[in-house]
Amino acid sequence: MLKINNLHVKLEEEDKQILKGVDLEVPAGKVHAIMGPNGSGKSTLSYVLSGRDGYEVTEGDATLDGEELLDMEPEERAAAGLFLAFQYPVEIPGVGNMTFLRTAVNAQRKARGEEEMSAADFLKFIRAKAKDLKIDADMLKRPVNVGFSGGEKKRNEILQMAMLEPKMCILDETDSGLDVDAMKLVSEGVNALRDEGRSFLVITHYQRLLDHIKPDVVHIMAAGRIVKSGGPELALEVEHNGYADILAEIDA
Amino acid sequence: MAGLDELNVKEGVEEETVEAVKSLAGTYKYGWETEIEMEYAPKGVNPDIVRLISEKNDEPEWMTEWRLEAFARWEKLDEPSWALLNYPEIDFQDQYYYARPKSMEEKPKSLDEVDPKLLATYEKLGIPLKEQMILAGVEGAEDMPAEGRKVAVDAVFDSVSVGTTFQSELKKAGVIFCSISEAIKEHPELVKKYLGSVVPVSDNYYATLNSAVFSDGSFVYIPPNTRCPMELSTYFRINAENTGQFERTLIIADKGSYVSYLEGCTAPQRDTAQLHAAVVEIIVEEDAEVKYSTVQNWFPGDENGKGGIYNFVTKRADCRGDRSKVMWTQVETGSAVTWKYPSCILRGAESQGEFYSIAITNNYQQADTGTKMVHLGRDTKSRIVSKGISAGKAQNTYRGLVSMHPKAKNSRNYTQCDSLLIGDKCGAHTVPYIEVKNNSSRVEHEATTSKVDEEQMFYCRQRGMDEEEAVALIVNGFAKEVLQALPMEFAMEAQQLVAISLEGSVG
Ligand SMILES: Nc1ncnc2c1ncn2[C@@H]1O[C@H](COP(=O)(O)OP(=O)(O)OP(=O)(O)O)[C@@H](O)[C@H]1O
Ligand SMILES: [Mg+2]
Repeated sequence: MLKINNLHVKLEEEDKQILKGVDLEVPAGKVHAIMGPNGSGKSTLSYVLSGRDGYEVTEGDATLDGEELLDMEPEERAAAGLFLAFQYPVEIPGVGNMTFLRTAVNAQRKARGEEEMSAADFLKFIRAKAKDLKIDADMLKRPVNVGFSGGEKKRNEILQMAMLEPKMCILDETDSGLDVDAMKLVSEGVNALRDEGRSFLVITHYQRLLDHIKPDVVHIMAAGRIVKSGGPELALEVEHNGYADILAEIDA
Repeated sequence: MAGLDELNVKEGVEEETVEAVKSLAGTYKYGWETEIEMEYAPKGVNPDIVRLISEKNDEPEWMTEWRLEAFARWEKLDEPSWALLNYPEIDFQDQYYYARPKSMEEKPKSLDEVDPKLLATYEKLGIPLKEQMILAGVEGAEDMPAEGRKVAVDAVFDSVSVGTTFQSELKKAGVIFCSISEAIKEHPELVKKYLGSVVPVSDNYYATLNSAVFSDGSFVYIPPNTRCPMELSTYFRINAENTGQFERTLIIADKGSYVSYLEGCTAPQRDTAQLHAAVVEIIVEEDAEVKYSTVQNWFPGDENGKGGIYNFVTKRADCRGDRSKVMWTQVETGSAVTWKYPSCILRGAESQGEFYSIAITNNYQQADTGTKMVHLGRDTKSRIVSKGISAGKAQNTYRGLVSMHPKAKNSRNYTQCDSLLIGDKCGAHTVPYIEVKNNSSRVEHEATTSKVDEEQMFYCRQRGMDEEEAVALIVNGFAKEVLQALPMEFAMEAQQLVAISLEGSVG
């Protein structure tokens, strides 16, 4: 599914190298988690994969199902099935949540040469998904993320993911700011989408989320590189001991 | 644009040129021309032309005199230059002031007699001149619920009104809805009483010219305590080349009445600029309410700034009666140059004026637009919401006057004026004039200027929208408050228009 090969990325504006040779492979149907200290480059990786401006790839590449990701426009990557749940979801004043999602769903369908979803079908679809995530009708009508609480914004990201049915889902700290119940809802939302044909890359600081969304592999990122990979037990180790031991091990 | 799809590439014509034309035509959907035999008055303007227009309209002597006085006045005036607009000098003698389809020589007695070519023109514009449940001006109306509303249409083609729908049904309610040329003949007492009473002949350069040479337009009278049974609309189409359109609209809402009026306008795309100078006068009596909505979509010129309509418009409402109310809503997407300040004279006690505006300028378009709220009566209220959007190399100016006279005690104004910039070659300017001459009134003014946010763009694109879709969505959100003030059918059209007029503004 997703293959990242020796990815080096610097900032476009200044001479600052952020990713320094990331290698990562997430096979179809798998859930991989990335943990790592603040500022290690986790969000940067998610932005570069989804095509945000401001970064320059100096070496390496990334493919989604064999297709070169880094040459595509952001919307082409989305249509190819890449989804990013933002660490900081963006507010769009005046644009209803539902209008936004309908425009997005139909834009992707159009890009894939599929027929647009009718208003009636869309409504049925979004109501069902919103109900699962306990998102009420009012929130669907309100402008995208405007005035949403931190937890509501995160749930809204998962709603979008459920509606767009991507094949590669990147979740950047979707668990931050969620209360215990919301964490369960979001995890259930993610688990409901788990499927042979769909993969997840879950960026998180906490084991808690991984109790609900059981990862197949856990990676540790530090200073712009994946420094260690292992099973779910690696997350527990971080939870108990922090990163010091792992980082010391690498430096040695 | 089916016509262009069939376009054969002539040998020697560069593929590139063809592509350019194609893409342009796709952008402005109403740029085609109706081929129809026309008759013109000789080029230029002078007392003989003024008399000729009056004669063509079969007008009584008093009207001719009124026009001639206006013309004499106009000759002594200079074109104003205070607006932030920059355009080549207009040669007022190098235009036609009267153009009418030959088939309109005998005024058709009913819609059935109207030249099929003209009917087809409006059909193609999405304004079928039939008396049926239609949704005026809305494309894709077939997707909408079946409970379509009735909208009466007066269709003006170059210098003449070609027909007005639902006249007999409106008559039953006592409503008069006809072309102004018809009103001058059929209802001279009303026209005499009100014409020029809101926008005097001496008002300004373009209004004075209009008073001399206006050829047609719409007339509305709503009798006391009558709610107009349907929405009224006028659709202006400029078709002929080198021809100015000078229309005159007069709306009278008598005591306790209500009407919602819509105005739409389009023109073929040409590489020479064309002049449009209209005057709209609205009289609102005691407890009456008028909503006036415009979607202005004149040809804006091409992406290099060639051609387009020069739009100089004077629109004013006089809230004469106590508790009278007027609401102007405008979506200005077209024209190369827009000079337009729909205004409210709040004369009656507790009268209210509202102005909601979206002005979009792209490429080389220029707009200097806004409103005047003149508070004369006590306890009057006004509200201004202006959303200016500039892209390309366009310039967009909001110019607004709020004036509280000494007798306008306890009056209120709220102004919100937001500008959005797309790219860094365009400009937005806000020019508020505020005069408060009593100490119990309050004026509030808020203004913001922002750029289309990169984060918002990326968020939309990550969800699958291309840049143009993303900009259109964000801009529609920015302008939401104004779009909501439009009648539903217009709001849908306006949203699509926002998207279309911003095409090519990013990337
Ligand atoms: N536009 C930018 N300008 C300057 N520095 C930047 C920019 N973008 C990222 N960085 C820097 O790159 C490094 C990696 O940032 P990134 O947001 O990817 O970290 P992260 O691993 O997601 O951290 P966190 O766990 O705190 O979310 C940080 O040091 C950050 O300050
Ligand atoms: Mg981060």
